[in-house]
Amino acid sequence: MPLAKRIIPCLDVTAGRVVKGVNFVGLRDAGDPVEIARKYDAQGADEITFLDITASSDARDIILHVIDAVASQVFIPLTVGGGVRQVADVRRLLNAGADKVSINTTAVTNPEVVQGAADRFGSQAIVVAIDAKAVDADNTRWEVFTHGGRKPTGLDAVEWARKMQEYGAGEILLTSMDRDGTRIGFNLPLTRAVSDAVDIPVIASGGVGNLSHLVDGVLQGHADAVLAASIFHFGEYTVRQAKEAMRDAGIEVRL
Amino acid sequence: MQKIAIVDYGMGNLHSVTKAFELVADGRARIDLTQDPAVVAAADKVVFPGQGAMPDCMRHLDESGLKAAVLQAAQDRPFFGICVGAQLLFERSEEGPTDSLGVFKGQVRRFPPQLMVDGHGQKLKVPHMGWNEMFIVHDHPLWSGIADGERFYFVHSYHFAPDEDIAVIESAYPYRFAAAVARDNIFAIQCHPEKSAQAGLKLLKNFVDWDGRA
Repeated sequence: MPLAKRIIPCLDVTAGRVVKGVNFVGLRDAGDPVEIARKYDAQGADEITFLDITASSDARDIILHVIDAVASQVFIPLTVGGGVRQVADVRRLLNAGADKVSINTTAVTNPEVVQGAADRFGSQAIVVAIDAKAVDADNTRWEVFTHGGRKPTGLDAVEWARKMQEYGAGEILLTSMDRDGTRIGFNLPLTRAVSDAVDIPVIASGGVGNLSHLVDGVLQGHADAVLAASIFHFGEYTVRQAKEAMRDAGIEVRL
Repeated sequence: MQKIAIVDYGMGNLHSVTKAFELVADGRARIDLTQDPAVVAAADKVVFPGQGAMPDCMRHLDESGLKAAVLQAAQDRPFFGICVGAQLLFERSEEGPTDSLGVFKGQVRRFPPQLMVDGHGQKLKVPHMGWNEMFIVHDHPLWSGIADGERFYFVHSYHFAPDEDIAVIESAYPYRFAAAVARDNIFAIQCHPEKSAQAGLKLLKNFVDWDGRA
């Protein structure tokens, strides 16, 4: 199957800078977004995702300048998420140069925003981010959480993914809250359940600690793309090494 | 200096297309992102992008007052269609009942659900999203310096089904389909060269340098 599985480095951005930390503890400056995006592009990243972790709403416009600067120099798809509350937010991010906008909490509190944005800008521009946590010890059912994983919603993650597809999402960014930051690998049953339940691509996220986790996400989790942050930021692996590991496991990649 | 107009009829994000052309033109061409039919009419070359649903694109094009200038450019100047802009050059699309521009014979079809499985029986997702291989079926000057099998970035649920022999590049998902078509002064591509890293930039640079002859 010639369509390549994608590797997507994720950058946390605030106040115009990339920051890194484990579980948001001990955030430290990791550099200029343009420089880091260029580095990942040169390593063969298939897309780059920016997560705006700015807490205060009056500093939100800074992300627009970041996206504009990156999109003027890096010619691969860029996704931006964090703090998207209305269709106008989506428009501003797309106009700044984002190719896709990721909607998380607002998709739950106000799903019409997903529908409205997909109608207006096309499904290809709308990613719905789902943060999910297992509700049973056997890891067979998962609940959607919002507000950075703090607030339970009572929604079943698989059902929610299907519903978001109906609302016009073009892609699902699925993060396992149980695994995020643990470096023990994706929640594969969750990933597989969601990916098999929808017709749109699913990006697996949360828990990557080594390259075989990426392989597992595709082969066992049926993910169409894998997202990782720390294994790339801390220089343990390059994107190229990740792709070589996937290729060696028989996965189609862009090298 | 040659003038390249990028037609802005209100459909989609043209930031990257504009920035990418500015980069590869490197001062050798003026890049005008424009909503003005007069600017399109005065351009030496025209880029016709498009994103979103085809019927919306067609409606916006009608309402923009740019349609006549676009059709004229497709007759007589180097013309580059991208994604839904390229799809609009066909006669119609399964995405809606609206007639499209009819510059090329043929239509635009949805990837049929019953065919969307790979060789291992695993479901293939629609939209076709990501980097896929581009196979040369007819040589074209715009593809010079780009390898056969190079990967470009796609995101689409509908693809060209030409009724004339205009396919120059094919991709496969899972079956072969026309990923780029060309005739005379027109080159039209389904994927996004402005998002396809170095190979995509090479294609755009070739358009800047193109004399419009196949």
